[in-house]
Amino acid sequence: MDRARQNSPAIELRGITKTFESVVANHNINLSLNRGEILALLGENGSGKTTLMNILAGIYKPDCGSIFIDGEPVVIHSPEDANKHGIGMIHQHFKLVDVHTATDNIILGNKGTGLWLKPSRRQRIKELSERYHLHIDPDKKVYNMSVSEKQTVEILKVLYRGADILILDEPTAVLTPQEITKLFEILRHMRDHGCAIIIITHKLGEVMEISDRVTILRKGESVATVNTAETDIHALTELMVGKTVELSIECPERKHKGNLLEIHHLTVSNEEGVDAIQDVSFDLNKGEILGVAGLAGSGQKELCETIAGLIRPREGAILYKNENIVGKSPADIIKIGISMSFIPEDRLGMGLAASLSMVDNMLLKSYHKGRGPILQRKDARVLAESLVERLEIVTPSVETPVRRLSGGNVQKVLLGREIESNPNVLITAYPVRGLDINSSYTIYEAINQQKEKGVGVLFIGEDLDVMLELCDRIMVLCHGRVTGIVNAHETTKEALGLLMTDAANKKEDAE
Amino acid sequence: MKHTNEPFVRVVKKTELTGGKLALFSLGALLLAIIAGGLFILSLGQNPFAVYKTIFFGAFRSKMAIQGTIKIAIPLLISALAITLAFKMKFWNIGAEGQIIMGAIFATYFALFHNNLPHFLLIIVMLVAGMVGGGLWGLIPAFFKSKFGTNETLFTLMLNYIALYLIKYFTEGPWRDPSSSGFPKIATFVPNAQLDKLFGVHIGWVIALVLVFVVFIYLRYTKQGYEITVVGESENTARYAGMNVSKIVMRTMFLSGAICGIAGMTQATGAAYTLGESITGGVGFTAIIVAWLARLNPFFSLFFTLFLSALQKGSSVMQSSFGLSTYVSDVLQGIILFVILGMDFFVQYKLIFRGRVNHD
Amino acid sequence: MINFLFAAIKAGTPLLLGTTGEIVTEKTGNLNLGVEGMMFLGAFAGFYMGYRTGSVILALLAAFILGAMGALVYAFLTVTLKANQTVAGLALTIFGAGFANFFGQILIAESVGGVPKLPDSFISRVAEGPLPILGDIPYIGKLIFSHNPFVYGAVIVSIFCWLYISKTRPGLSMRSVGENPAAADAAGINVALVKYVNILLGGGICGLGGAYISLINGGGVWNNNCVNGQGWIAVALVIFANWSPLKSILGSLVFGAFTVLQFYVPKDIISIPNAFYVMLPYLITAIVLIFSSIKKSKEHAQPAGCSINYFREER
Repeated sequence: MDRARQNSPAIELRGITKTFESVVANHNINLSLNRGEILALLGENGSGKTTLMNILAGIYKPDCGSIFIDGEPVVIHSPEDANKHGIGMIHQHFKLVDVHTATDNIILGNKGTGLWLKPSRRQRIKELSERYHLHIDPDKKVYNMSVSEKQTVEILKVLYRGADILILDEPTAVLTPQEITKLFEILRHMRDHGCAIIIITHKLGEVMEISDRVTILRKGESVATVNTAETDIHALTELMVGKTVELSIECPERKHKGNLLEIHHLTVSNEEGVDAIQDVSFDLNKGEILGVAGLAGSGQKELCETIAGLIRPREGAILYKNENIVGKSPADIIKIGISMSFIPEDRLGMGLAASLSMVDNMLLKSYHKGRGPILQRKDARVLAESLVERLEIVTPSVETPVRRLSGGNVQKVLLGREIESNPNVLITAYPVRGLDINSSYTIYEAINQQKEKGVGVLFIGEDLDVMLELCDRIMVLCHGRVTGIVNAHETTKEALGLLMTDAANKKEDAE
Repeated sequence: MKHTNEPFVRVVKKTELTGGKLALFSLGALLLAIIAGGLFILSLGQNPFAVYKTIFFGAFRSKMAIQGTIKIAIPLLISALAITLAFKMKFWNIGAEGQIIMGAIFATYFALFHNNLPHFLLIIVMLVAGMVGGGLWGLIPAFFKSKFGTNETLFTLMLNYIALYLIKYFTEGPWRDPSSSGFPKIATFVPNAQLDKLFGVHIGWVIALVLVFVVFIYLRYTKQGYEITVVGESENTARYAGMNVSKIVMRTMFLSGAICGIAGMTQATGAAYTLGESITGGVGFTAIIVAWLARLNPFFSLFFTLFLSALQKGSSVMQSSFGLSTYVSDVLQGIILFVILGMDFFVQYKLIFRGRVNHD
Repeated sequence: MINFLFAAIKAGTPLLLGTTGEIVTEKTGNLNLGVEGMMFLGAFAGFYMGYRTGSVILALLAAFILGAMGALVYAFLTVTLKANQTVAGLALTIFGAGFANFFGQILIAESVGGVPKLPDSFISRVAEGPLPILGDIPYIGKLIFSHNPFVYGAVIVSIFCWLYISKTRPGLSMRSVGENPAAADAAGINVALVKYVNILLGGGICGLGGAYISLINGGGVWNNNCVNGQGWIAVALVIFANWSPLKSILGSLVFGAFTVLQFYVPKDIISIPNAFYVMLPYLITAIVLIFSSIKKSKEHAQPAGCSINYFREER
């Protein structure tokens, strides 16, 4: 494993910082990568991995910091600059032109081979694909391809340019185990030919399998770099999630008894037809906070949307007070008292209308109440004003468009509205995403109040420390499956971390 | 770290301007646009101040001039209000032309063949017919858009032509005026089927003004208006709130078409007193620009319509005063629209010049 | 019959140029509804130059350049300033028509007898007539090889555009920019540059289409409002031609045929109202549009990036 580190590193990043409006995505990050090495970039969602790599690929411009390639300082202002320096990135969301063939996608943007698209180009692509044992049909259109084929095209695209520094953003997320094995073979093959490779992932098993070194990011900062051979899954988990921190969030005793929501064998396909949730079953009780932990894209979004009636499950039942609500419209589900607040990554995507005022956003689910065609804003205004006070929302006025509020305040508006609709079931996803400490506590308090009223709360979270203290039970999702439902007060952060990654099953088998 | 290829200027999104700042900014943009138009006039060797003064007086100097300006403004304003509804929903309806025509055709049917109804009743019937005609023409693209995702911009453009050639069909065929020799045309409406006048202009102006308030109130204060805004903001959010998005899209497009239909009805029965292929005079397209530049606010639309109408009316005296043809108003209008449209960029983005950012 | 098809080809030529120009523009991801305006600009510039200098080459050059200048304004607004494409295109139409009519009116005012007419030498150089040898072939010679030189020019331009779009590397780049600017950007293509180049090229070709109208259709005399909606027909034809310059040759022939059909149909045999002949192409186009959306066809549709302005750091 101890690969030669001849000369200077292929890539060195020093003090990279990038902020989006007010959010710090990367803070003073240092990183280095050698030729003939695979470096895993490990971190939870929102730790800044993708942002950092997009800077290297010329998509984003850093606010400050320096990039060195082979010891020389370079400036990367565009993807073209990155190409010039031999950097190729395979994005998680493929950057392919759907209506073009594999060949045309691969040769796109290459200069200096004449004006005409020669028919021989497909032959060259065929040769290239054979040389690297990456089989593709050069004439297949991208929109007819499976995800793994698309990924192969992306890899060939990078190889065709002669890139020797490769960045792969969560390349295994969409692949089957067999495809992953094949991908890893390719990567090893390339490494042995002197390529430098960065692979972004949060699957620890894969990190151990493929990488030579690991750099761990946490909350936008690089916390450690270790040699893979000298570490193990437990140590990495701890680095990734951090040491357990005492937060002293209140967790009141459960006072209510009885069962509110029962999910039976739920299977949901996403837009691509892949099962985002597979055979998920659980109960939610009155006056309980059930945490849902899991890495990004483990099926949290689909779970929320299915319960809210926005997508129909392929199989399974959702019983609310013993009545199956599968097939009911979102409006009906709102009416019976199931309320969902999902804070997406861009915060405004769903649940809020960005250019409407806080008052108008209060009305989103209740606007049709009251007689006549005229919108009744009076109650909403009162509600908005009381929320501003209780949740300490910072806004010039309740008439200001929510788009102009800071992220944390937008979240308070969204969650506040859901709470005020007096739901029986409250689904809240990432309610404290990006919030400061004080605001977070305000939100925990609000959620606890609901719990004491007997509301069943499904809390989809990111921060395990918080979930351990706030929740009664925690359900862990991994690749759309439930890998465990544990009592929050009897488990540890590390145990959860292991359940969240695919290492969990292996460990259980061993014990 | 060297910054030799740091771009001289780069573009960054910023917090959007709103409220008073935005209004001030818009006025500034309009002023800049007028100055740009002035530069064009200057390049023709004319004095921009004199020309603008002439345009202003040409549009407002007499009762007749004012009436003329208002007459130009009526169909433009009504159509801009119709577009406002569709665009608020981010439904890119460029079919106002066709919807105006269908409104005019439906109204014309009653003007020609049921013109013995009592006058008041006839006007109401023609108005309703116009609304139904325009509304149906707006409903068609909405239906296909919600059902199959058919591109509404291209589809409404086609519907414009189909409507236009329907006029041709009626003119040359069943509705041809038998008493006219030569070019086929539709007979002039009998006085009973002509829209009444108030202060010398057909009452379309009253309808238009009422509609400004109605559309404003509809969008701002009703449940349906609220639904339109939410669908326009994000269809996902609308679905999440339990709204029936395709129903809202179809209803709104029916209304948008119906308002265009009113414009068609008032043009046929109030201005032209007949139906011809030039019934719209292109207002369906100009209205899109008006609605957009007015940021989909009915009162701004009113202001902007008056501005453009005065420009057009005022330019009609340019020939006698400066020897410039009336087409100068189209050129000025184009320049003004370009400038205002371009200035919109600075509402959302800002420029950062080289050396203004700290890199270390 | 031959007379009819001959007339159809003649009527279809400006449409062909306008359509080809708009295809180039849309393929790079910009829906430019200013075709009418750019054709007006080209019509005026071509006529003015021909009128003043008598040179065919200069006339065409001027038409191309002024058309491209109109497109430049549009490109600056939509690519650099990220303005709404629909609105910018409509503004261009208003401006172009106004510009041509305004200066056209000055031309009329200054000319002898109020009729600005091209020099006779100019007219004879662009007159239609049989080509040597080919023109002597029976039927075909009359139908295909006896046109004015612009007709052949237009077909050649379309074929060149087809070759450019589908067979060259810059063409591949522009199609990628039009379909998925983010992908093109990641592949190192300068998205803004590609858009500018193609929007200007498209505008120039539209300008040539306008020049055909003022130089040929007008019989050598300037008429205000000469373009008269043909730019809009071109926008419709783009859909009919499925965004392919090659198909637009056929498409413009069909549209041209329908516009002149009413003069050639023996009225005593078939009595369909004239209006339906002219309406039919639009009806067919609308139906094509519906069917391709039902099939969710990705390839036979407007380029996916149309009407959306690209900003790299959008999250």
